[in-house]
Amino acid sequence: MKRQGIAEALRDGITEEMQRDKRVFCIGEDIGVPGGWGGAFTVTMGLDEKFPGRVLNTPIAELGFFGIAVGAAIMGSRPIADVQYGDFLFLASDQIINNAAKLRYMSGGKVSVPMVMRAPVGATGRGSQHAQNMERFFTGVPGLKVVAPSNAYDAKGMLKAAVRDDNPVLMFEHKLLYGSKGARAEPGAVDATSEIPDDDFTVPLDKAAILREGQDATVIAWLLMAHFSMQAAVQLAKEKIAAEVVDARSLSPLDWVTLVASAKKTGRVVIVEEGPKTGGVGAEIAAGLAERVPGLTIVRVASPDIPVPFTPILENAYRPDADRIADAVRRLVA
Amino acid sequence: MTSGNRPEFLLGLLEKMIEIREFEEGVKFLFLEGAMPGTIHQCQGQEATAVGVCSALAADDFITSTFRGHGHALAKGLTMQEMLDELFGAKSGCCAGKGGSMHMGNMDKGMVPGIAIVAGGIPLAAGMALSFKLENKPQIVACFFGDGAVAEGAFHEGVNMAAIWNLPVVFVCENNLYGASTRIDLVMKNTRISDRAAAYGFEGETVDGNDVLAVHEATTHAAARCRTGKGPYLLELLTYRRTGHSRRDPCHYQPKDERRDWFARDPIDRFAEQLQVDGLIDPDGVERIRAAVTERFEAAVEHARRAPQPTLDDLETDIFVTKEMA
Repeated sequence: MKRQGIAEALRDGITEEMQRDKRVFCIGEDIGVPGGWGGAFTVTMGLDEKFPGRVLNTPIAELGFFGIAVGAAIMGSRPIADVQYGDFLFLASDQIINNAAKLRYMSGGKVSVPMVMRAPVGATGRGSQHAQNMERFFTGVPGLKVVAPSNAYDAKGMLKAAVRDDNPVLMFEHKLLYGSKGARAEPGAVDATSEIPDDDFTVPLDKAAILREGQDATVIAWLLMAHFSMQAAVQLAKEKIAAEVVDARSLSPLDWVTLVASAKKTGRVVIVEEGPKTGGVGAEIAAGLAERVPGLTIVRVASPDIPVPFTPILENAYRPDADRIADAVRRLVA
Repeated sequence: MTSGNRPEFLLGLLEKMIEIREFEEGVKFLFLEGAMPGTIHQCQGQEATAVGVCSALAADDFITSTFRGHGHALAKGLTMQEMLDELFGAKSGCCAGKGGSMHMGNMDKGMVPGIAIVAGGIPLAAGMALSFKLENKPQIVACFFGDGAVAEGAFHEGVNMAAIWNLPVVFVCENNLYGASTRIDLVMKNTRISDRAAAYGFEGETVDGNDVLAVHEATTHAAARCRTGKGPYLLELLTYRRTGHSRRDPCHYQPKDERRDWFARDPIDRFAEQLQVDGLIDPDGVERIRAAVTERFEAAVEHARRAPQPTLDDLETDIFVTKEMA
């Protein structure tokens, strides 16, 4: 066992998968430059030395290299493609949505696209274009699996499961959870370290996780919001309110078994999402629960319907926090 | 001109081009009479590009295609039957009725389902070639696209990465002068598309795309370069679409004299005449090929009309690979 942050755990996970399967390779911007950063958040640091020729440093061309990853995948390679910031996925989205996600269906089941995509998200003092949470734009794409691990154990286990999956898997990672060090450390970072076993392990791509049990209300969140929801639950426990915190973790497909069971148990659900309330993943979770659990009371805590602002006072108001989550639960159980 | 090539090879080129023409004409009729669902984008007049390129590839080489892919598919070895089944939406179609006209393909025959987003197949082809290179496989990719694709960012990005990594891709631009109804000189200052290759640091050439042997020879040369690790090659094949961009397009934007000039350079007529001059076939022989192809086509149509359609049980299959990985 060793204690690791998400960036380190992902780096080890990628290393182990590249050692296990020679078809695995990495492709992305600034991921394999000697003396460079190992990607925007150090995840691929040093991999180019360990795996010469298998860490492909690309031009700044997200549409192009995501397409290249799809093409390599359909021929049997197993690429891991990453963008420096999730916002850049818009540039790559033709290849992700029209090719990676659809080729299996439109070929009548003849093509498989075993690729992993990684994208950092979250409001972190970078203004509007290096900040937004992109989950909502991809969770409704048939043929694509979408995951969002909130801690190092899940990140490593889901990464490894994604590499071994024969389908395209998009993994969202939160900039404040990486635990990146040195020049790439993030102000305002939250501890997402885990005890990581020495032995090989994977985490399923279609299961939510109960982070804390309780019977008064269910709080559903993911990524950074899972941490803030846990902070809120600790606060609420002091007030004798027992919140159950569910890390949705698998955003497409959603784990309805776990989500519904918790909702039925508490009868009250707070869905927490970093990102505009309108059209969010939270809206899908709310609708899906409402269809499945009659009489359920559902509240959403999300960002206002605005681009991500820069100045800290506004950015902090944009991002839901533990106090807002706790307030929502209090109102619900009152 | 045809000397040095075996007669059966030359006659095979002619037969394949006639097969594509008859297939397209037959399919056009079926669409217009309402027998087939969907829409079509056809390639009458462009048979020499598909046949010239694919005849220079190995069976396990791959091609990527576009929404105008019927000719590419036949040239790469798909059967009229699996394609007609697909056009009729049958479960026995090459894409089980889920692809349709714009997504013709068969991985077992080296053809990825057609990528119908303009230029969307270009980075894809580069990636396929990257996989071959990473795994030390001898295969190459021929990537078909039209003149319209050159304006897309995907062209620039995919071609550039193929260049810097010396990937084995022959980029095949079928320049038929029109992107839908828009003529190329309205959308590019330099209409010589092969010039683009130099900007990325590799070779390109412009070839008479209505001369099947010229296309075959240029592709053979390009493919050989690719196979020896010299990186990509850009072939610009000048050709002309005799029919509409899609069904029911009367082509009013194509000037009459331009159509007349290109029709006079029809790839099938030209090649048939050449083979006649060389004494390899006579006019009756050409007609016999046409009649035999038509007979096969009609039989395939009858079969496709009766081929079972998918059931609603098939609606939600083929989204994901569900088996456990080894």
